Amino acid sequence: MTTTTEKSVNPQAGKAGTPLLEVRDLHVEFRTRDGVAKAVNGVNYSVSAGETLAVLGESGSGKSVTAQAIMGILDSPPGFVTQGQINFQGRDLLKLSEKERRRIRGAKMAMIFQDALSSLNPVLTVGYQLGEMFRVHQGMSRKDAKAKAIELMDRVRIPAARERVNDYPHQFSGGMRQRIMIAMALALEPDLIIADEPTTALDVTVQAQVMDLLAELQREYHMGLILITHDLGVVADVADKIAVMYAGRIVETAPVHELYKQPAHPYTRGLLDSIPRLDQKGQELYAIKGLPPNLLRIPSGCAFNPRCPMAQDVCRTDIPVLHPVTDSRGSACHFWKETLDG
Amino acid sequence: MGRYVIRRLLQMIPVFIGTTLLIFIMVYALGDPVSALFGDRAPDPATAAQIRHDLHLDEPLWKQYLLYMAGIFTGNFGTAFNGQPVTELMRTAFPITVRLTIVAILIEAVFGVLLGVVSGLRRRGWVDTAVLVLTLVVVSVPTFVTGYLLQLLLGVRWGVAPATVSAEAPFNELIVPGLVLAAVSLAYVTRLTRTTVAENARADYVRTAVAKGLPRHRVVGRHLLRNSLIPVVTFLGTDIGALMGGALVTERIFNIHGVGYQLYQGILRQNSPTVVGFVTILVIIFLIANLLVDLLYAVLDPRIRYA
Ligand SMILES: Nc1ncnc2c1ncn2[C@@H]1O[C@H](COP(=O)(O)OP(=O)(O)OP(=O)(O)O)[C@@H](O)[C@H]1O
Ligand SMILES: [Mg+2]
Repeated sequence: MTTTTEKSVNPQAGKAGTPLLEVRDLHVEFRTRDGVAKAVNGVNYSVSAGETLAVLGESGSGKSVTAQAIMGILDSPPGFVTQGQINFQGRDLLKLSEKERRRIRGAKMAMIFQDALSSLNPVLTVGYQLGEMFRVHQGMSRKDAKAKAIELMDRVRIPAARERVNDYPHQFSGGMRQRIMIAMALALEPDLIIADEPTTALDVTVQAQVMDLLAELQREYHMGLILITHDLGVVADVADKIAVMYAGRIVETAPVHELYKQPAHPYTRGLLDSIPRLDQKGQELYAIKGLPPNLLRIPSGCAFNPRCPMAQDVCRTDIPVLHPVTDSRGSACHFWKETLDG
Repeated sequence: MGRYVIRRLLQMIPVFIGTTLLIFIMVYALGDPVSALFGDRAPDPATAAQIRHDLHLDEPLWKQYLLYMAGIFTGNFGTAFNGQPVTELMRTAFPITVRLTIVAILIEAVFGVLLGVVSGLRRRGWVDTAVLVLTLVVVSVPTFVTGYLLQLLLGVRWGVAPATVSAEAPFNELIVPGLVLAAVSLAYVTRLTRTTVAENARADYVRTAVAKGLPRHRVVGRHLLRNSLIPVVTFLGTDIGALMGGALVTERIFNIHGVGYQLYQGILRQNSPTVVGFVTILVIIFLIANLLVDLLYAVLDPRIRYA
């Protein structure tokens, strides 16, 4: 088995200036009683202001853990960042003190979670929870903070904000609750928003509304957005580029339309083939065979090799680096050329 | 809410009748109070019959119960073994036990919550381990052992606290007895707090609070504790009733003439008016405390609505 030095594809090809956020060779592990789970194993990605990066991948591939490491809210112990850099606005967050990180959290970067009902405090009013952002970060008075909370609720189009500011989370519908989460993330006009499956817990009918609102606000405030999702349909609509994760690594990264047209990794191809498509109605849906790897024992070589239809001997021994496919895309597959052509 | 309270108050009536009837029957089963009155001497049959008649002891049980209940509602709880009206005993005993209970509840709340929060946040730390062992010891040692031990050490050997309590039973003399009375519940509050704090610490809303960039004291104080303490407050509320009735052993050890002491005397001398009267009041306190706890619960947790 050879060790890997991942040379990353220039993430910002074609865009001027340094990116807002650049994650470099990030490693995260969970030291549990059963052993060390290597959840993130050298992730590289970047987002610029006004740009949307969609992160795709099966359950357990490390999408949320990467996001938690960026936010600095990793469950630690057992989770530890063991290697890498998280450069945000020119500073490596991993080198900052906890106090400095806390000032950034919520103010410069904010996170939207999947389940708004459990993510909001059940015993505090939404007005209090929104206003808290201003009171803590800006030292605003209780009264002013409440006015700000109402303003925010209007901003995310919650009807009758003035009357509802003193309501509790359980008194809102799922869609309205997620709007409150969005409002809370937006409160201090951060430069980066990480949305971890923001619409998964919602009814299909309100999913689109919430997603549209998020995309609209992102454009308006010119924020960077990391969108973690399983929904390939949503990705096509709102994302600029995609990073596909597998077993804690980025296996493919590409501008969204190029990736849809021509995947350069067999795993991405499998993911794309497994979405139902209108023009192929009636055909059997494809599913990637096998299960995601156990993170306590990741297969040697390419982690995807046991499930890959193209696997050769080299795939079982050598970890593939992220090969530059073009200026703006990369694939961590020994046979990326063949995949691209096939 | 108003309708809920009324419904709960109405529900108390059958509970009240049931418990008082039960205790009435049990006291009745203790044996003949009149022969107990005379101690070892055999009573003169004529006098005994006269006393029995005066106390309605020659009536059937159900009639005795009805007569007793009728008495209660006119404020007549009967006469104690020493000839005093039972209400007179209550007037001196209850304030003392209430003070003792206040001391005990305060000790439980302050130390139980404090220890529980520290060990819940630092699970498997040395504080947590020490607290776990300590609570286990406290729970498994009977109250009279902790009681006599503390009395001996603090009161007699080192003389830092009075060994027995004077008749007025002021607050400062009740600290050690309060600690003894609180001990088992204190261990329970500690464990309960530890569990709910540890559970809530992993909750999504706590993660949100951290992601908002709130300082740790705010994450813990405003978000984590506010949720974790709901079951603890509920327990403390119900414990008020239990402590007041359960002070029997503690009051004996420290010679406190409170409710437990009077109850003990009542049972010893088979004086049914004392026993039934005190238990009746305790039942009422218990029922009201429970109602208040339920109402408090709705205040603390906005998701609960009574209709
Ligand atoms: N608190 C934790 N303790 C132990 N292991 C953890 C913890 N959080 C995450 N992990 C490990 O990290 C792995 C990756 O988790 P992560 O939440 O990043 O997956 P994901 O890609 O977000 O999946 P999903 O689509 O289901 O949200 C998990 O499979 C688990 O083994
Ligand atoms: Mg996730």
